[in-house]
Amino acid sequence: MASQIVVVGGSLGGLRAAEQLRVNGWSGALTVVGAEAHLPYNRPPLSKNVLVSPDISALTAAELVDYPGVALRRRAQVEDVSFVLDTQVASAALSDRSLLTVDGRELAYDGLVIATGLRPRRLPIAGFDRHRHALRTLDDAIALRGQLTPGTAVVVVGGGFIGCEVAASACRLGCQVTVVEPFAAPMLRPLGAELARTVQTFHEDKGVSFRLGRSVSTLAGRASDPATLGAVVLDDGTELEADVLVEAVGSNPNVEWLAGNGLDLSDGVLCDNMMRVEARENVVAVGDVARFPNPRFGSTPRRVEHWCIPADTAHRAATTLIRGLSTAENGDRDPAPFAPLPSFWSDQFDVRIQGFGRTEHADRIEVLEGGFAPGWVSEGVVVGYFRQSTMTGVVIAGGTPAQRLRHKTLLEGVG
Amino acid sequence: MKVTVDTAVCADHGQCIFSAPQVFEFAEDGKLVWEPSPDESLRASVEEAADVCPVQAIRIAD
Repeated sequence: MASQIVVVGGSLGGLRAAEQLRVNGWSGALTVVGAEAHLPYNRPPLSKNVLVSPDISALTAAELVDYPGVALRRRAQVEDVSFVLDTQVASAALSDRSLLTVDGRELAYDGLVIATGLRPRRLPIAGFDRHRHALRTLDDAIALRGQLTPGTAVVVVGGGFIGCEVAASACRLGCQVTVVEPFAAPMLRPLGAELARTVQTFHEDKGVSFRLGRSVSTLAGRASDPATLGAVVLDDGTELEADVLVEAVGSNPNVEWLAGNGLDLSDGVLCDNMMRVEARENVVAVGDVARFPNPRFGSTPRRVEHWCIPADTAHRAATTLIRGLSTAENGDRDPAPFAPLPSFWSDQFDVRIQGFGRTEHADRIEVLEGGFAPGWVSEGVVVGYFRQSTMTGVVIAGGTPAQRLRHKTLLEGVG
Repeated sequence: MKVTVDTAVCADHGQCIFSAPQVFEFAEDGKLVWEPSPDESLRASVEEAADVCPVQAIRIAD
């Protein structure tokens, strides 16, 4: 039987893995199985342009998949790759090298790429589903978009990057927006207190309200219509008027389908630095479901939820898998360590926050350029994050594209 | 090889400049400029640049 690689997961990581397998010489059968009905598309616009852009407000999901910015370029090499969409894998028997789909189809593989990504966490509160949203997929964005009409009271739970992006988008659409965040500032962990509060003030100046140090305890219906969401009740008893609730409270890895194989699935799929899953020669993982060690930051394996990680890990995983499936003696040398430089960005209103490296758990944070005085949006403020006197990360908020790039190069040699 | 960038979509992330510095750069005015017909030897790095563009604005034609 001819050899076959199956990629489970039809988003950015799955597509990039398929491309890299072809680019690196895999000429056998290649199938990508995706749970969504759409070919792989680009998620970052979902919290921004897809919500606010009037030119695309009438487009369907099928049309948006091809819309500039949302469309993902597919390399010519994947023309002969089979994309099996709208199909969820229910279980995997790694020892038999076979998968079972939810609709009962069996898929045999020689090599397996795990690229199932994440799904949004939800608040552990029942009810009012029609006006509660999470944001991960195109369909999620379209459902939310339809409810963000001018004057709508929107409560966003979770003041991370996605929560703040959605808050900015809803505010631009004329909604009354409140962000509920358990920490003392939005984006506190990735940005540190001073920059986080500066960005918070920027949001407040645009009309976004924050309830910090608070969480949601219950939801309440309208007095006139108890079945329809009317208010969000916080842990201190405060009632916030709410027509729409957006839950931006983090994500859980999609790993349930891998249960029963003895894998460590405690936080995504545990991999080594080759992206191999627990020393199996024929199973690799890519993207934000993969927990792997980055020698730049020590030996602790971590999941990374940045846009660049699917492509970075796909390169590594593809070469690893091809080598693992190769019967030729190719002197299984360990290649150079895989140490991708983290890079993330968040566009909120008209400001870009761009980060490189690792900014969390810094023991010292220092302003390297500019400052937090009004004007930082155009001037740019550059913040360095240090751990034991080594700079591990940098964030540039506002400023110019060239200024942001200059600081990436400062970090290239770190680690 | 012909390279085009959809400037209506380009958001000045500049990731392409890292992948293919011989082909992409920011001009003095801060706008992205690129070599429309790069040498074939640069194909791998231009493909990489198109992959890592966060708004997928780069097209490559043979």
